[in-house]
Amino acid sequence: MKNKFAWILVAFAALVALLAVGLNLNPREVPSPLVGKPAPAFNLARLDTPTQTFGPKEMEGKVWMLNVWASWCVSCRQEHPLLVELGKQKIVPIVGLNYKEVRGDGGIDTSKMPLDQETTLALERAHGWLKDHGNPYTLTAMDIDGRVGIDYGVYGVPETYLIDKAGVIRYKQIGPITPEVVEKKLLPLIAELNR
Amino acid sequence: MSAFLKRLLPALGLALACHLSLAEEAKPLADDPVAEKRLLAISNELRCLVCQNETIAASNADLAQDLRREVRHMIQAGQSDQQIIDFLVARYGDFVLYRPPLKSTTFLLWTGPLLFLIVGIGALQLYMRRRNKVLQESRPLSEEESKAAEALLKGDESSKGEQA
Repeated sequence: MKNKFAWILVAFAALVALLAVGLNLNPREVPSPLVGKPAPAFNLARLDTPTQTFGPKEMEGKVWMLNVWASWCVSCRQEHPLLVELGKQKIVPIVGLNYKEVRGDGGIDTSKMPLDQETTLALERAHGWLKDHGNPYTLTAMDIDGRVGIDYGVYGVPETYLIDKAGVIRYKQIGPITPEVVEKKLLPLIAELNR
Repeated sequence: MSAFLKRLLPALGLALACHLSLAEEAKPLADDPVAEKRLLAISNELRCLVCQNETIAASNADLAQDLRREVRHMIQAGQSDQQIIDFLVARYGDFVLYRPPLKSTTFLLWTGPLLFLIVGIGALQLYMRRRNKVLQESRPLSEEESKAAEALLKGDESSKGEQA
């Protein structure tokens, strides 16, 4: 009799352990197939000088970070001080990719808004946000319609990519970066890639 | 019954209204019925990364709308279904597929249910065998025993202890 109960108890404990592991996994953390692949090319207007464009090619030979952000993105505010700190230390150039600044904001109906009006509004909003929260970016590229975001597999802003000198994506962070991520993942990897 | 119907009818009406309003929303897309049919077929196979239990066809999330637009562009550009799916897998990984491919990393995913079934059948068989054995070993009460049991039930003090 005692044996039988022990068996049930063990089975139950195993089930609890399995469920506990399952519950603690983050279903949002989808492994990106882009890690190890070249960063997709793009050509987008710059926030500081909208008449000029920026493409990842310009960063060739440098280890750099691409950070996807938007002013409507709440968790971007959470990670932003860390980026500002990183930017100050000049460890790595950080390029911002402003993702769907206007049409990503659920409060604005852009279906009837002409593109040039949307672009103007996007630039205004992005400038305002960086002024309020600090600007850690060497430059920001404006992905008004989110097309480049699709190429980078963006589905939850903020996302951060670390790209090596050859233009290959070496790390992708989905969701806000944390001091732990900076310490344990980004900084060691940046040092290694810069060697 | 009629009270039940009275309650049921408004609910049905509401359900229908919801359905109609959804149908209306999808309407403006149907410029090219053939392309739309393909779009629907493809996006039914794709998972929306934001609301992970919905397909891109069913989801109203921003990203799903963007991806539908992207798929529509690719259909218009004359790409095959496989090319379109490969495009999305290259960006979002196998997770974007509702039917993950059979690979070494997904082997357990595919065979897991079968393994559970086999283990379950094994456990059931083991249990049945043991139970049969127990049943075979037990025998009906002899006449003497049943008499004693009856006496016990009646509260006869004289047979107490005999069957303990």
